[in-house]
Amino acid sequence: MILINRETRVLVQGITGREGQFHTRQMLEYGTKVVAGVTPGKGGSEVLGLPVYDTVKEAVAHHAIDASIIFVPAPAAADAALEAAHAGIPLIVLITEGIPTLDMVKAVEEIKALGSRLIGGNCPGIISAEESKIGIMPGHVFKRGKVGLISRSGTLTYEAAAALSQAGLGTTTTVGIGGDPVIGTTFKDLLPLFNEDPETEAVVLIGEIGGSDEEEAAAWIKENMKKPVVGFIGGRSAPKGKRMGHAGAIIMGNVGTPESKLKAFAEAGIPVADTIDEIVDLVKKALG
Amino acid sequence: MNLHEYQAKEILARYGVPVPPGKVAYTPDEAKRIAEELGKRVVIKAQVHVGGRGKAGGVKLADTPQEAYEKAQAILGMNIKGLTVKKVLVAEAVDIAKEYYAGLILDRARKRVVLMLSKEGGVDIEEVAAERPEAIHKFWIDPHKGFRPFEAREMVKKAGLEGNLNKLAQVLVALYQAYEGVDASIAEINPLVVTTDGQIVAADAKIVLDDNALFRHPELMELREIEAEHPLEVEASNYGFAYVKLQGNIGIIGNGAGLVMYTLDLVNRVGGRPANFLDIGGGAKAEVVYNALKVVLKDPDVKGVFINIFGGITRADEVAKGVIRALEEGLLTKPVVMRVAGTAEEEAKRLLEGRPIYMYPTSIEAAKAIVAMVGGAA
Repeated sequence: MILINRETRVLVQGITGREGQFHTRQMLEYGTKVVAGVTPGKGGSEVLGLPVYDTVKEAVAHHAIDASIIFVPAPAAADAALEAAHAGIPLIVLITEGIPTLDMVKAVEEIKALGSRLIGGNCPGIISAEESKIGIMPGHVFKRGKVGLISRSGTLTYEAAAALSQAGLGTTTTVGIGGDPVIGTTFKDLLPLFNEDPETEAVVLIGEIGGSDEEEAAAWIKENMKKPVVGFIGGRSAPKGKRMGHAGAIIMGNVGTPESKLKAFAEAGIPVADTIDEIVDLVKKALG
Repeated sequence: MNLHEYQAKEILARYGVPVPPGKVAYTPDEAKRIAEELGKRVVIKAQVHVGGRGKAGGVKLADTPQEAYEKAQAILGMNIKGLTVKKVLVAEAVDIAKEYYAGLILDRARKRVVLMLSKEGGVDIEEVAAERPEAIHKFWIDPHKGFRPFEAREMVKKAGLEGNLNKLAQVLVALYQAYEGVDASIAEINPLVVTTDGQIVAADAKIVLDDNALFRHPELMELREIEAEHPLEVEASNYGFAYVKLQGNIGIIGNGAGLVMYTLDLVNRVGGRPANFLDIGGGAKAEVVYNALKVVLKDPDVKGVFINIFGGITRADEVAKGVIRALEEGLLTKPVVMRVAGTAEEEAKRLLEGRPIYMYPTSIEAAKAIVAMVGGAA
């Protein structure tokens, strides 16, 4: 298990909103130790029996907090993540989708410099099966087991977790890293943690076309990974988008295409599943 | 969101990038009048949202206003890669001594905006980049410090650009200020021209805006052109769906972009051709599913529909209720296959039992079934 366990104390930013409240209830039911919430202007109130503060600084003054989950609307989401980092919260999970890219470019760099780890945005969050979930995934499909899961997609993650659980393999920690162009944490950042986690015996990496995270992860795996990794690439048949000027082609070249990702995985000796069910077969095979 | 060249140039000019004088025309008469006002040789350029306009004949020079009329007449109404030209930019022609390239885009791997600069600008810049990447010089901009004039001057020198150093650097700084100012995802000047009399102008420009940041720029939101989009895409976006029209005949509905993409992959794998991408999003209620079916079945290409649901936040029984409503209203004129799993899967199956909906336990079986029903790729 990595990043979170049943002891992890969680703050919810945007706790009074519809989404924030709904998922706070879901997290509490799952067993997550949610200790407080923040909504600017709603300080002093209570949600689901939890105290609400105006600022993250006030929340950390009253509670020991290990992680924050953010349900703040897109225009204010990057600012909320920065607020958490400046208050010294080491792990920040940014669920919000639709955040302006330049907001994320600025926030990601600053949060890293402050020493916090940002997961997302536009992600389903983190779940350590049967211990704690800091996210919006349906908890019941994650059975405790031995496979670490990292994914750029939401629903596909749930599919893969359900398939692994049904097959009796189960999961340790699952991290949805998010599908936006700029995210805080990539595959490559999480692989070392799974590599050192005694409970994790294999890792499943659910990638997608676009960007170069899969290629970079494959290079890292080839050099450093001690455990079997199984890959999956979504969107292999997606039509090429309308051309967006020359800049996109110049910066990416052929990186980001399904062919490039499959090639990178093949070179690193990572078997690639064509269907979700095949992920299970390949993991079983890898574990002998 | 894509902007037209003339819109991109208006933005760049606002930030201090010199652009050739010009205006947009919707008729040959307007083109003629603009040419008269400019009083010089002009270039008539089709304003459509596709690349390769020049090679398609959408860019022509005109020496006189009468010629501008004729060239505009030839270009207006022209079909370029499936899009009809409805307007042209009439701009002063520039006498080119040098053609450079300057572009800004997000580098996802470095998580910074990168400036790309080359002294080998022009229409073949992509080939230059592919064959001689060393001809493209890059600088990753610190998002908190911005792009400073001294950095711009150093880049100009490094890339070997000839011409007025300070003016070239000013253009690059202004390009970044525009990029940041309008929340672009791409801003590009190609070619950045040094004229025979030493002036520096952006002879062509491209800006793509970050859709996520449009809320900050209501004035730019008005530039969105509904007619440039597929009518079903417009309808779907009014319902709040992510919908993309594709070329095939199998309608696809799913929850979550990853699952929908995976469903497209599966259908393709077993020899079928998806007609669309439609993501109903998370937590969809029955009505959303009903509306999704309405949109997908409006597409005359659709011969059958594949609904693929993994219930998480979305409840499978809500999805079933939406399908049943469509069925009862007589909307389902084409075969529908479904695969539902996850939250409330059993309730969904109970609701759908005995109804003319084809249910399959796995995505791959459902994909094979729908392809068998509508016929595969020709």
